[in-house]
Amino acid sequence: MQELSALNERLVAIKKEIEEGSANLENSRAVYEYKKNVMDGKSGLIGSLMKGMKDIPKESRGDYGKLVNELKTWAQALFDELDVALKAKEMDAKYASEKIDITMPAEENVSGNLHPITQMRNQLIDIFASMGFDVFEGTEIENDYYNFTALNTPADHPARDMQDTFYLSPEFLLRTQTSAGQIHVMEAQKPPIKIVSPGKVFRSDDDATHSPMFTQLEGLVVDKGITLCDLKGMLDLFVQRIFGEEVKTRLRPSYFPFTEPSVEVDCSCFSCGGTGCKLCKGTGWIEVLGAGVVNKKVLENCGIDSDEYSGFAFGIGIERAAMLKYGINNIKHLFESDLRVLSQLNDND
Amino acid sequence: MLLPLSWLKEYVDVNIAPEELEKKLFDSGFEVEELIEVGKDISNVVVGYVEECEPIPETHLHVCKVDTGAHGKWQICCGADNVCAGGKFPVALIGAQVYATAKDHKTIEGVMTIKKGKLRGYESQGMLCSGTELGLTEDHYPGAGYNGLLVLPEDAPIGADVKPILGMDDYIFDVSITANRPDCQSIFGMAREVAAILGQEVKMPATDFTATEVVKEGFNVTVDAPDLCPRYSAHYIYDVKMGESPAWMKRRLALVGIGSISNIVDITNYILMELGQPMHAFDCNFLEGNAINVRRANNGEKITTLDEKEFTLTDNNLVICDGVKPVALAGIMGGLNSEIRDTTTEVMFESAKFARDNIRKSSRALGQVSDSSARYSKGVDEYATDMALRRACHLIEELGCGKVSSTHVDVNTGNSLEPTEMKVSISKVNAVLGIKVPDEDIIRILTNLCFAPEVNGDELTLHVPAYREDMADYPDVAEEVIRMYGYDHIVSTFMPTAAVTAGGLNLRQKTELRIKKALLTTGAYECIHYSFFSPNDLNMIRLPEDAPERHAIRLMNPINEDLSLMRTTLVPSMLNAIARNQKRGNYEGRLFELGNKFIAKDLPLTEYPDERETLCAGVFGEKEDFFTMKGIAEKVAETLSLKFTYEKTEKPFLHPYQAAVIKCEGIEIGYLGKVRYEIQDDLDMKNPAYVMEIDLRTVSQWYGRVPAYEPLPVFADEKRDLALVMDKEITCGQVEEVIASSCQFVKSIKLFDVYEGAQIGEGKKSMAFTVVFAPKGEAFGADTVDGYVKKILKNLKKQYEIEIRS
Repeated sequence: MQELSALNERLVAIKKEIEEGSANLENSRAVYEYKKNVMDGKSGLIGSLMKGMKDIPKESRGDYGKLVNELKTWAQALFDELDVALKAKEMDAKYASEKIDITMPAEENVSGNLHPITQMRNQLIDIFASMGFDVFEGTEIENDYYNFTALNTPADHPARDMQDTFYLSPEFLLRTQTSAGQIHVMEAQKPPIKIVSPGKVFRSDDDATHSPMFTQLEGLVVDKGITLCDLKGMLDLFVQRIFGEEVKTRLRPSYFPFTEPSVEVDCSCFSCGGTGCKLCKGTGWIEVLGAGVVNKKVLENCGIDSDEYSGFAFGIGIERAAMLKYGINNIKHLFESDLRVLSQLNDND
Repeated sequence: MLLPLSWLKEYVDVNIAPEELEKKLFDSGFEVEELIEVGKDISNVVVGYVEECEPIPETHLHVCKVDTGAHGKWQICCGADNVCAGGKFPVALIGAQVYATAKDHKTIEGVMTIKKGKLRGYESQGMLCSGTELGLTEDHYPGAGYNGLLVLPEDAPIGADVKPILGMDDYIFDVSITANRPDCQSIFGMAREVAAILGQEVKMPATDFTATEVVKEGFNVTVDAPDLCPRYSAHYIYDVKMGESPAWMKRRLALVGIGSISNIVDITNYILMELGQPMHAFDCNFLEGNAINVRRANNGEKITTLDEKEFTLTDNNLVICDGVKPVALAGIMGGLNSEIRDTTTEVMFESAKFARDNIRKSSRALGQVSDSSARYSKGVDEYATDMALRRACHLIEELGCGKVSSTHVDVNTGNSLEPTEMKVSISKVNAVLGIKVPDEDIIRILTNLCFAPEVNGDELTLHVPAYREDMADYPDVAEEVIRMYGYDHIVSTFMPTAAVTAGGLNLRQKTELRIKKALLTTGAYECIHYSFFSPNDLNMIRLPEDAPERHAIRLMNPINEDLSLMRTTLVPSMLNAIARNQKRGNYEGRLFELGNKFIAKDLPLTEYPDERETLCAGVFGEKEDFFTMKGIAEKVAETLSLKFTYEKTEKPFLHPYQAAVIKCEGIEIGYLGKVRYEIQDDLDMKNPAYVMEIDLRTVSQWYGRVPAYEPLPVFADEKRDLALVMDKEITCGQVEEVIASSCQFVKSIKLFDVYEGAQIGEGKKSMAFTVVFAPKGEAFGADTVDGYVKKILKNLKKQYEIEIRS
């Protein structure tokens, strides 16, 4: 038993040495290396203990082995604990080293915007497409017949003065209104017709509120039994979708050669709710579009039987709608491609 | 159009407040752009009686004791030369508002508030006013133009507000008249409407007169161009006494912005405003040949108008001639040669209807516009033509400025001035509106509008007055009914009778939107530019004289030269936009535009030109290069599931070594490249720019391609990196082509490194590619791919002397 008590002493010393030796270890890797040394079968403090087994009397070998294994278990636990603690410490240090100033600016996402006119145009098209309207885009260059004559504006008509026209030849001109598209559609297609026709239009006007080129969206419905009440119903729906559920419409008499009766359509001011503000110039109403019942003569010009069919048409200035909706104050900003303007308006649709 | 309330009231009783009338006019289709309150800026000015008036020594001033009745008695200092004891003058009390005038006592400089003051030691408790200080001219009120105090009538009640006495309690409606209602371009025309709105009787202007026995012997009128002049009437006036018009007439003209000239001229202007009929007065002493002849001008014929401008005419212009020469430019302005002057003793009044488009075109072509030409361009009705001449004769008598002869000539094409009968169906009228307007309301409304309706079952018979030339059919009746009945009666319905239709974008529209949205993901912003550009833009991008882009469609009447051509390329607008951004401090960015190019088949246009949808993109900034631009082209290809190839090209505005045409399936679809430095300098751009233009019309043939699904590979791909050494001039594309054509199993080839330098040798470069081989049908054997690589290397060597880098 002498051997065993000597062993016990030795084990206490080894424990002490390992405790002292491991106390200075700084990271998981050092723990691993230290453990490897300690457990090494040839030279390790613990690993080499088994070599002494052969010097132990047979009857004590069982106890000897047991004691060495206990030491091993103890050391393993010690190293595991140490490893967890050091790993946690290392992770803390890693986190701390990655400290950032979270108030610094974000990395910019590279993504552009559709032009505000396109955004408004797409929103309008979505609404009308959902009501069963097709989208017809006419040409920017039109002839006199489609732009004027067929729309009940013959050469001597004073309404020609309402729109200063750019001419390209005595016959061809830049369309002054997307209404020109109406005629092409009605010539090519029999009722029922439901189309919107968005596009660029041109008038010889150039100041803070007028641009020589601007964008309209024309709408046309021709079918059996279409009335002014249907126009009002559709306008209500459309205005609410664009400007807000609480917005109302008001019709008032106006004049366009291609509609009879003709109306101007105002919507209740979506900024003040109708009480009067700067946007609506104190009136509570904002003029948004012109509309009317398709003039019987226009239908007849296109070979549509006006006894059987009737229709309504409307025309919206897209710039005006976009400027109202987004609060843009100068129409020129829309055509100057200034990135400071374009990057602000993201209502992409 | 200016509509003074006081003048309107002569023809209709207005029993409501001006603001209420404004609302009613608006609701029935007459927008009042401005409701002008005549004496708005003036307040607390009353009739003062000067009891005492003593000169202040060594000054031109007087100190006065002024009685203002209930407002008290005041000491007021006054510098006017006509101040005197016993006179009645307007007194601005302390706190009153009047106009401040400049030193000339004529120019109004703003509104001032009267305060207590002291002049030469004398306290002044108010101000005695001139007409100018009250905003009045001599035409508004006699004596108001005098440079001194405005003298009030002796019977003016002391202390009373001066506004009603001076006619300053009036309102003027600035009414906007729609093009279909030329009959409302006058005070009387609007009175008819107001009467209909209010349900009142309209009072007819007096047109009675007593013609003398006198006739102008042998005088005759001939109209050689009845198409341009359907009615010409004239009346001869003699014993004319030229002079001033009465105050009431001057005042009314002043309210609508017309200065008084002389009684005869004022009568014509007065009738123009009152009845909307332009009139002209010729001095008979200067009419030769005792005749009036209305004809087209001879080409090259000359006339000098009243404003002393000379015009050379063509046969598109209509002239009024005497027996010898033109004496007026019909409907636009009279001739200087027959102008009314102080010495005029005989006058020929003209009242005519001329074709509106002829007057409009002449007026535009000659650049000569007048109140008359403006009315004629909008349309004048023969009803007014006839009435105006009788009204003029009446006014001659009323003013006592001449004698009305029996010589009245009326040349016309037989148009009736009587109402015409029109029959419509009531149910059709209601069908337009979508509501049922009660019959009694329809009848009331149409009666008020003087259509004298008669109802027989569903049939409505109207008697449309001659001045309502806009009334043609039942939709017109529907409009008349609803604008008077009220648009608030229209209820919302949603096409209950219409067929259900499918709607939405077509393939082209959808695809263009997809392209736009894909471009947004590259950080590009969409822009929209004018469809026209400048001839200078074509020079800016250095296009040669014979370049097809120079075959651009020209506007006949552009706003200016910079907006005078239809675009044949979108590039100049893009470059200008980039330059504008850089000028404003935006030194980097990406833009694109989707717009039309206009390609004329012939010039001038005889048929519709080709409008080609075109995509133009531009990038600029230090971070951009040829390949970032190319990346945007590739984004388009990817979006459309297409493969684009690029070949070196030259363009006059692009870098000679950084420009490529873009092809798809061998068809050229566009180009891209770096903008020449010379252009960058011309446009003052700090950073270089790159542009791309793609003809979407051509690309549209491939729209709607559905990408084919490729099943996931069963066998693993193999990858090889090949570092190759070659002549510097050999392109990546050439190498790729050899690799791809050498082996059918090549799935992708990607360049990942380019190196030039000493290790490689003079005139050489190294390019490294990753080549991926994909097996088909069965897996590659152990050294199958090595075999393919050998073959590739052999072909590279054979074709371009390319070696593997050791």
